[in-house]
Amino acid sequence: MRLYVAKRLAQALGVLWAAYTVSFLVLDFLPGDPVSAMAGAGADTGQVDPARLAALRHAYGFDKPVLAQYADHLGRAVRGDFGDSVSTGRPVTSTLADALPQTLQLTGAALLLAVLLGGGLAVAATYTGRRWLRQLLLSLPPLGVSVPTFWVGLVLVELFSFRTRLFPAFGNDGPRGLVLPAVTLAIPTGALVAQVLAKSLFTALDQAYVETARAKGAGRLRIHLRHALRNASLPALTVVGLLAGQLIAGSVVVETVFSRDGLGRVTAAAVTVQDIPLVQGVVVFGALIFVAANLVVDLVYPLLDPRIVVAPGRKVRLA
Amino acid sequence: MIAHPDSRTRRWAALAALVSGSLLLGACSSADGGTSTGDGGRPKPGGTLTFAVSSDAGCADPQQVGSNDTIYSLRQVVDSLTDQDPKTGRIVPWLAKSWEVSADATTFTFHLRSGVTFSDGSALTAHVVKDNFDAVPELGALGTLAQGYLSGVESTTAVDPLTVRVRFKQPNAQFLQATATHSLGIESSASAKQSPQTKCSKGVVGSGPFVLNGYVQNRSITLAKRAGYAWGSSLWTKKGEAYLDKLVFKVVPEAGVRSGSLQSGQVDAIGSVGKANEAALQGGTVALQQRANPGVVFNLGLNNSRPLLKDTKVRQAILAAVDRQQIVDAVFPTGTRPATSILAHTTPDYTDLGKDLAFDEAKAKSLLDSAGWRTNGDGVRVKDGKKLSLTVKWFANAATNQPALELVQQQLKAVGIDVVLKQLQITQFSPTLQSGDFDAVWGNVTRADPDILRSSYSTLLADFYHLPAGPLDTVLTRQAATTDAARRKQLVAQAQTLIVQNAYVVPVVELQTQLGMAKKVHDLAFDASSRVQLHDTWIG
Repeated sequence: MRLYVAKRLAQALGVLWAAYTVSFLVLDFLPGDPVSAMAGAGADTGQVDPARLAALRHAYGFDKPVLAQYADHLGRAVRGDFGDSVSTGRPVTSTLADALPQTLQLTGAALLLAVLLGGGLAVAATYTGRRWLRQLLLSLPPLGVSVPTFWVGLVLVELFSFRTRLFPAFGNDGPRGLVLPAVTLAIPTGALVAQVLAKSLFTALDQAYVETARAKGAGRLRIHLRHALRNASLPALTVVGLLAGQLIAGSVVVETVFSRDGLGRVTAAAVTVQDIPLVQGVVVFGALIFVAANLVVDLVYPLLDPRIVVAPGRKVRLA
Repeated sequence: MIAHPDSRTRRWAALAALVSGSLLLGACSSADGGTSTGDGGRPKPGGTLTFAVSSDAGCADPQQVGSNDTIYSLRQVVDSLTDQDPKTGRIVPWLAKSWEVSADATTFTFHLRSGVTFSDGSALTAHVVKDNFDAVPELGALGTLAQGYLSGVESTTAVDPLTVRVRFKQPNAQFLQATATHSLGIESSASAKQSPQTKCSKGVVGSGPFVLNGYVQNRSITLAKRAGYAWGSSLWTKKGEAYLDKLVFKVVPEAGVRSGSLQSGQVDAIGSVGKANEAALQGGTVALQQRANPGVVFNLGLNNSRPLLKDTKVRQAILAAVDRQQIVDAVFPTGTRPATSILAHTTPDYTDLGKDLAFDEAKAKSLLDSAGWRTNGDGVRVKDGKKLSLTVKWFANAATNQPALELVQQQLKAVGIDVVLKQLQITQFSPTLQSGDFDAVWGNVTRADPDILRSSYSTLLADFYHLPAGPLDTVLTRQAATTDAARRKQLVAQAQTLIVQNAYVVPVVELQTQLGMAKKVHDLAFDASSRVQLHDTWIG
């Protein structure tokens, strides 16, 4: 078990390093530089003293050779220092730390909703004996995956904020402000959960052990929930790991539509003004969340299905 | 929230509207109540104004930011030495009771009002002003506006506790107007001495009618009324403290959400209203308010050193081939004016050159004919085997840029000029200007002083457009050294005429700032730079 965890951890670190390096290279290849971006971000262009820009470029270290910049930045990043944002002068880590709780609230609520709605839909669709109802339920996930999040958000705001004033249209204030954005983000995510879970539930219900259970006289609902769902949840759980990345990406759109502060908004703003230290921070941080989520999923697998660790586990026991 | 008795039916009606697909086309206001009419009623103190803006500059220091969305709030925190009358462009007293400008416009002496305090309790003195002006050149990349206003400063001295003198190396007539801007708003000494980064994230201490209460990046800026405020600008109608108790600026990036929030009463005012949202906002409980931004209008900034564009006739042909009214009607918010000079009509010393900027397709064609450019089979003119083709570079700092330029492209095609549009990242814009690697660039500059012409078009300065050295330089240098208002106006008029008649650049359309606000909001007025002053604003 210890070896299993160590291997997973090493993989996670490799992914983080790759994310950092690739983002560094991509940002370096972009035309222009962040200092002139800041100077030209207002509409008032053409008023900037080139000597002053050069001085600022020097102060931020953008005039050094690429390799030196890379080594320098990576060395500090390892120690948790991503430098200061070019646009605000604030440390990148504290900017991200401020935005994180907002996004965690949003993605956490969305993930919960997605699992409940998507899972419920999959169970209902596979359980029902009515053919038309099953068809109807199974046609919902493709729809949920394909409607643009942006559009869903605007429709929800129009219906539930502008017209009926049930929820605020924007802001991070309180649980009521969380409802519409979380639902918006949960729709594509929940649809994905439903698709995967429904498919593996159908597969599970065809397995021999279901027949065995049925022969032993177990009820239909009991077989469905106790036996089939347990086995079918493994592939769905893998998807939940992937969903972590999808949720973070989706938060860019959702946080913009609903004017919520959070990682998504920080990302959008940082990319627009080419705030290189901040973009790097966001990329590595996003990778960190993704890696952590998948690590958790990997570690939960053995709990659901003991066979997964049997191979390395036996070695440990023998040693 | 109290449920409306009819909320059920309304919800279904909304759903029906959604299904029929008309929903996002800006359905009309369903707001109820709100019987207030335009003006009228007596001003009354108290209340909170909630204002939704589209972006956050990431900084809470008025000396550093240049984005209107953030200036709206931060302007209320600081006072300036002077103020500028939006109607006449005249500079009037604010923190300075009076001032003298030396005849050569190099030395400016301000006599400060006594009894002014900052919200940290410290008093306004000549030393505080000096601390501010000494710190401004050290601001980072964000502070380029303020730095530009003080460029060429030799020294700032406190002559006595309430007299401060600023000396420049060269004549610098624009400086007086610069003292009226938010960029040179006066902060307390302690504030001015903080690092630019600290001022950005923590905000600043000013002497203004409102105090910064809270700044949450990307979310909101909250201001509270300054009790005991008694040193307002001479332009303000109310003496003493502001009417409003609290100002809350919320960052709402999505235009449709901003206008919907205004209509449904979730906010009282919004910024950046584009043509697309106008229809939804007209009538009902909401009013639109607009003013043209002073300064250099949106224009095709021609690179006069390019072989094609060295020929005055070609440049003049482009000038005549642009149908400004058509562009305004198709792309820009209602009330936007086509350019009638290189300066917007709200700029002091603006001169109406509308006749020179009239659309005249026949004239454009004959100019090109006489310059030797012959029409070709595919409609693009040719001379010596070369096509009359130019690339216009632009970047997306306004939603109107692309549609406006696409129209320009069509209009120029009609006279045989091929235009290629090339979008740049914002980060590439400044390097492009500096390198001179462009035929034309699309842009504007907001500034309520005609000296903006000198910083933009004098060949003695950055000279991004590579104009030929000549009479324009002389006129621009002279206006910067002239303190006599009538004489300066004359010189500025000459400069505008020279730029337009030689078609050094092609003025197209004025930029208009458009706000939406609930009709219960009164006296929310634009200042001379088309930003807002909220001291006199009241809700009733």
